[in-house]
Amino acid sequence: MQVNENFKPLIVAFCCNWCSYAGADLAGNNRLNYPAEVKIIRVPCSCRVNPMFILRAFQRGADGVIICGCHPGDCHYTSGNYFTRRRMSLLFSMLDYLGIERERTRVEWVSAAEGAKFAATMNEFVEQVTALGENKRLEDLRCKQ
Amino acid sequence: MQTVTRDLLLQKACELLDAGTVNRVYGWQKGQFDYDVTPAVFSSREELEKDFVYNDFCGANFSKYLIKETAGEGKILVFLKPCDTYSFNQLLTEHRFDREKVYAVGIPCDGMADIRLIEEEVGEGVTGVETDGDKLIVHTLYDGDVKLNRADYLAERCRVCKSKKHVAYDELLGEDGDVVDSARFDEVAKLEAMTPDERFAFWQNELSRCIRCNACRDVCPACTCEKCVFGNPKSGVENKAVSDSFEEKMFHIIRAFHVAGRCTDCGECSRVCPQHIPLHLLNRKFIKDIDAFYGEYQAGAEVGSRAPLVDYTEGDMEPGEAVASVDERGGKDA
Amino acid sequence: MQRIGVFVCWCGTNIAGTVDVVKVAEALRTEPGVVFSDNYQYMCSQAGQDMIKDAIKEHNLTGIVVCSCSPRMHEATFRKTAAAAGLNPYMVEIANIREQCSWIHKDMPTGTEKAIILGKAAVAKVNLNTPLTPGQTPVTKRALVIGGGIAGIQTALDIADAGFPVDIVEKLPTIGGKMAQLDKTFPTLDCAACILTPKMVDAGQNENIRIFSYSEVEEVGGFVGNFSVKIRKKARYVKEDICTGCGLCTEKCPQKKVPNEFNLGMDNRRAVYIPFAQAVPKVATIDPNYCTMLKTGKCGVCAKVCTAGAIDYKQKDEIIEEKYGAIVAATGYNPISMNKFDEFAYSQSKDVITSLEFERLTNAAGPTAGKLLRPSDGKHPHTIVFVQCVGSRCSHDASKGKEYCSKICCMYTAKHAMLVRDKYPDTEVYVFYIDVRTPGKAFDEFYRRAVEEYGVHYIKGMVGKVTPEGDKLKVLASDLLADKQLKIDADLVVLAAAIEPDKSARPLATMLTASMDTNDFFTEAHPKLRPVESPTAGVFLSGTCQGPKDIPETVSQASAAAAKVIGLLCKDKLTGNPCVASSNELMCNGCSSCEKVCPYGAITYEDKEFRMPDRTTKLRRVAKVNEAVCQGCGCCTVACPSGAMDLKGFANEQIMAEVDAICK
Repeated sequence: MQVNENFKPLIVAFCCNWCSYAGADLAGNNRLNYPAEVKIIRVPCSCRVNPMFILRAFQRGADGVIICGCHPGDCHYTSGNYFTRRRMSLLFSMLDYLGIERERTRVEWVSAAEGAKFAATMNEFVEQVTALGENKRLEDLRCKQ
Repeated sequence: MQTVTRDLLLQKACELLDAGTVNRVYGWQKGQFDYDVTPAVFSSREELEKDFVYNDFCGANFSKYLIKETAGEGKILVFLKPCDTYSFNQLLTEHRFDREKVYAVGIPCDGMADIRLIEEEVGEGVTGVETDGDKLIVHTLYDGDVKLNRADYLAERCRVCKSKKHVAYDELLGEDGDVVDSARFDEVAKLEAMTPDERFAFWQNELSRCIRCNACRDVCPACTCEKCVFGNPKSGVENKAVSDSFEEKMFHIIRAFHVAGRCTDCGECSRVCPQHIPLHLLNRKFIKDIDAFYGEYQAGAEVGSRAPLVDYTEGDMEPGEAVASVDERGGKDA
Repeated sequence: MQRIGVFVCWCGTNIAGTVDVVKVAEALRTEPGVVFSDNYQYMCSQAGQDMIKDAIKEHNLTGIVVCSCSPRMHEATFRKTAAAAGLNPYMVEIANIREQCSWIHKDMPTGTEKAIILGKAAVAKVNLNTPLTPGQTPVTKRALVIGGGIAGIQTALDIADAGFPVDIVEKLPTIGGKMAQLDKTFPTLDCAACILTPKMVDAGQNENIRIFSYSEVEEVGGFVGNFSVKIRKKARYVKEDICTGCGLCTEKCPQKKVPNEFNLGMDNRRAVYIPFAQAVPKVATIDPNYCTMLKTGKCGVCAKVCTAGAIDYKQKDEIIEEKYGAIVAATGYNPISMNKFDEFAYSQSKDVITSLEFERLTNAAGPTAGKLLRPSDGKHPHTIVFVQCVGSRCSHDASKGKEYCSKICCMYTAKHAMLVRDKYPDTEVYVFYIDVRTPGKAFDEFYRRAVEEYGVHYIKGMVGKVTPEGDKLKVLASDLLADKQLKIDADLVVLAAAIEPDKSARPLATMLTASMDTNDFFTEAHPKLRPVESPTAGVFLSGTCQGPKDIPETVSQASAAAAKVIGLLCKDKLTGNPCVASSNELMCNGCSSCEKVCPYGAITYEDKEFRMPDRTTKLRRVAKVNEAVCQGCGCCTVACPSGAMDLKGFANEQIMAEVDAICK
């Protein structure tokens, strides 16, 4: 695959308010660098993430989508992330089945104390998506003007 | 060949109408040709005798229509093939109709023929099809009568039939069968074994034919929303037609996701698709994954069971592991 | 169309050092709906907040976006600011351009570009915000404690001391629970009854406490602050308010052959009985399964001897309905059945007993008046084998026992061993263990004393088989440290049976819509930070119903639960979180998917009539969210296929708008 040297992917990160969003805040507090390509959307719980949001992001030109929530067992709402886990397992498997590169989607559990993990995860994910290049399979060119 | 005949069903329907057990009958109505069968409500012996049919083309799953039909007064008689009873139960699980207002007669099924396959074989101009034992006699305009092996012209869903067992009925005509060890996941496994590029090419080709006619949604017994999310202005995805090239993918992925864990694999979506898109392969992928990730689950097998997407265990697989496990299974364990 | 004001904060140089705040404010000024955009050094300062208030008034703003630090830091601050200027506080959105932008990016162009995008997303969201008002519900200032063991008693006493009325519902004829059956307590060896019974008396006499003994909770409705509960007070055939507890009836009753459950069936009681001398309430109860009068209509001895005239053979179950603001589950535990442990010969020999039975055998009020005698022949045992972890830590066979550690057995076994050696120094005592677990204040010292001062033989290893032979019990065991097989001729074998939640807990949890783990212990709202609350608002957990624990821990948790209840009952009204789910009835199918994923039981269904276009009406089942109970996770919104269920403050179209703004 040809890699465009200047390609900068667009990454949408859905973060639950209680763990992962706080983990991202902690990464900021500790000045831990990760690429500006990552844009965070705050949701109360990872279980609020509707597959439609993910598909919409891809449609509008996102190159990767990552969902971050509390570790299993630590959900602020007790069980939300367990449902996230099932929903995303099935959705990602379906996207894979449709021939969409599985490296573009990810679920990661990041606690409020794991600022370093948050930054490392984002660095790694951006690198992974950069290597894949632009998302041509799900985006709609007409949406990108 | 079907073990129950039109006459037997007609007799049963009339008997129940006469006894006042039911005041309407949900059945198949003949169209211009034998294979041109539509679902219809009959309310008298005369109507039944005139238009009621039962032949090898009565594939329509009646379960979904009960939502509307049970709104009226009195009981309605419905004939259910084994696969229809799963949808029937699933709708009951979701509180979609009043069981008391239905008199369900289970009928055995020996598979339904697919007129598309017949036409592919004999060409245009089919004027009628008769069943004679394990043969189909096709009357055509141009080639006279053509004899075909019935088994080869059954609908795909019937060739990989998952169950001959009725899971719901008030009365059963004929003998009940068993859950069948089906090869229905073979096609999915074949796709899984392809490279991502091949899979993408396959689905790009299939889904790009979609004209968003919504027939799959309208016939689907799991798609019974008062208002579809694609028609809900507050959903953020409201869209009734294909406005861009992604739209049909979004629609089919979301539709399959919304019925995941609730889809009984009745195959109606593919039957009605005017573009011949194998939509059942999306639903079967979810069913296959659910079975592999969370243990075997057949939607509609029993009323009140908890669908896998509204359930969890603490030890469930992580999404990354789950997707990777499809490779390990080599797409071959179907 | 909204009129939105954008306020970009410098946060000194924290933001302004890497983000061109002037450029951000300028870029956002042209976004749809934005009518005002400015920047300031410290938005959170008084001057900054005044600037926001002035702008709201001057420009008639209907919504504001503050580009600043994390919403976890100052969202509450700016909501208050908005409210002070007459704007609904939920018309405020924060773009986090510090923690998630300026602090992690190094160069100005990158930081500025990202800050603008984050600002645009916030503007796009505010455009779809609607004013939200938190619901308020009154609080019924009365608590219900279910279970009258030490946990329930302590919780009730603490709540009552704070001045709130509290009811205890106990299914047995007396409160006291398991602790009343114990002999001594570790690690201080003071007698259980001496420390428990004064508390029972306190509970019985406290004017804020009502005790419904011999009663069970039958139905629970409502939600936090407003529960309505039906309690079934079972007929005890004795008028509780008249009975003086003199006990004459329990001496004269001719039906003498009733197994005494208080002594675990090791002796008998009468058909009319008071479980033990210090029972509270001290009232007799007639056991309908054994009373000849109730069964055949012939006898009536108790009525004849009762001078107070308290016996009432015609008494019926009574249903009490009461309203409560808070409910505490304190349903306790039981030792597991030994049926599946045939290798220890529990069902074959009377001299193989459980530890709780051992407690009764050494208790002065027990069947042997405190003398340690073998149940089979009443002889003094000279060799006693204690087996630990019978059914605990049984992960290799979960169908037989429990996977968890029952936590209390190591300590009570050390206590039993020590007491035996203390009272009967001529007795040899063996303890077989997997590990000895003694975390707790003065616990390990206690165990060491058993080994070092009292000479108890602690052997690491499990007992493989117990075989009754003559009047001996042949114990076959392995000593893992010495790596050899042991054969011991014991007179008595004591099994430290695992403990499990009381059977009443599961149906109760269903009534309370409180969640349970796979072992039927109640789940806490957060395992570390909210250990005494159930995820269901207004339901609290006290004692072993939440997990195995000893008496000190139980009492601490009981008091902690009481403190939480008091905190709730102190409030006159509960103010909810307005960011809750709500269902659009016109689109809802009533399919129950949302209800199944709701961790709080906040969703119920009702059949509602809808007017159809053709002027007919149609009855449809639709979901209803109880806003006082919903915590706003949004799980239901994804379970809902039609999108009928949405979350206020994080609505589908709001998040979709953010996605679009970021991806444009």
